[in-house]
Amino acid sequence: MALNGSDLKVGDTYTECLVEDLKRTQLVMYAGASGDYNPVHTDEVFTKQISGYPSVFAHGMLTMGMTGRMITNYVGDGRLTKYGVRFTSQVWPGDTLNATATVEEVNDGIVKLKVETTNQDGASVLSGYATARVD
Amino acid sequence: MAVEKFPIEASHIMMFARSIGDANPIYYDEDYARGTEPGSIIAPPTFAQASAQFDPDYRLRPKTSGDGWLGSGKEPTGIKQEASTAAGGGGLHAEQHFEYHRHPQPGDVLSATTKPGKTWEKQGKRSGKLYFSESVTEYRDQKGELVITARGVGVRTERLVDK
Repeated sequence: MALNGSDLKVGDTYTECLVEDLKRTQLVMYAGASGDYNPVHTDEVFTKQISGYPSVFAHGMLTMGMTGRMITNYVGDGRLTKYGVRFTSQVWPGDTLNATATVEEVNDGIVKLKVETTNQDGASVLSGYATARVD
Repeated sequence: MAVEKFPIEASHIMMFARSIGDANPIYYDEDYARGTEPGSIIAPPTFAQASAQFDPDYRLRPKTSGDGWLGSGKEPTGIKQEASTAAGGGGLHAEQHFEYHRHPQPGDVLSATTKPGKTWEKQGKRSGKLYFSESVTEYRDQKGELVITARGVGVRTERLVDK
């Protein structure tokens, strides 16, 4: 499961499709699990008429959570030591997201990854980093 | 945010993993998890955010008393317009960072304390002036040991971000 440091090279990449055609129901599931019930994520009437956005949109933390799945699938369970992101664009229902980790450094049993998630138009929605223990 | 007790529970982890589309059995199957390196079900990397469930004053959850919720019912919002615009429209999550000292597992009872961090302003391209504010949350376990350090950055915009 875990990565072997000696097999890793700077510039290696790992990509996963996080979601195809993101559904509003998934936003409801994330609201329920995380406890963040901000109506801009689940309440189309409120979001259009009061907030003025074209539709509900994903919690940034849902995108971070889905991107984290790509990272843990790559580095193995319980191996993550740091994970941080900037939310660069909003994610909307219907979006298809792909996330890529790129090896930036391997040192002292730690791999440093650059992390990027993009939508179907190739626009960045999340940009960040992660570090993990490797064998 | 201050959370006195954030009990890490297996069914909460299972629901959270489902909501992020993560089918990894380490998040729901105890027997499988026993044979993995962590040796137990663990929380997914962003699970600490779900501590909001255990914050009695969390403002983005309808109160059990039923009053004062900004979401729609008979009307598009349940509260006065200017307040709801401020709560729903202007504030967005800009950054989130986690440092893991270990990964929590069912049975842990964490507590969380949050301190305000830096604040700064920036001129945005699509939304006027941007007001950033940072907060740092320390999650400690039942022994008082640091489990996760989280740093969040929120941003308020002068006007809506153009799609």
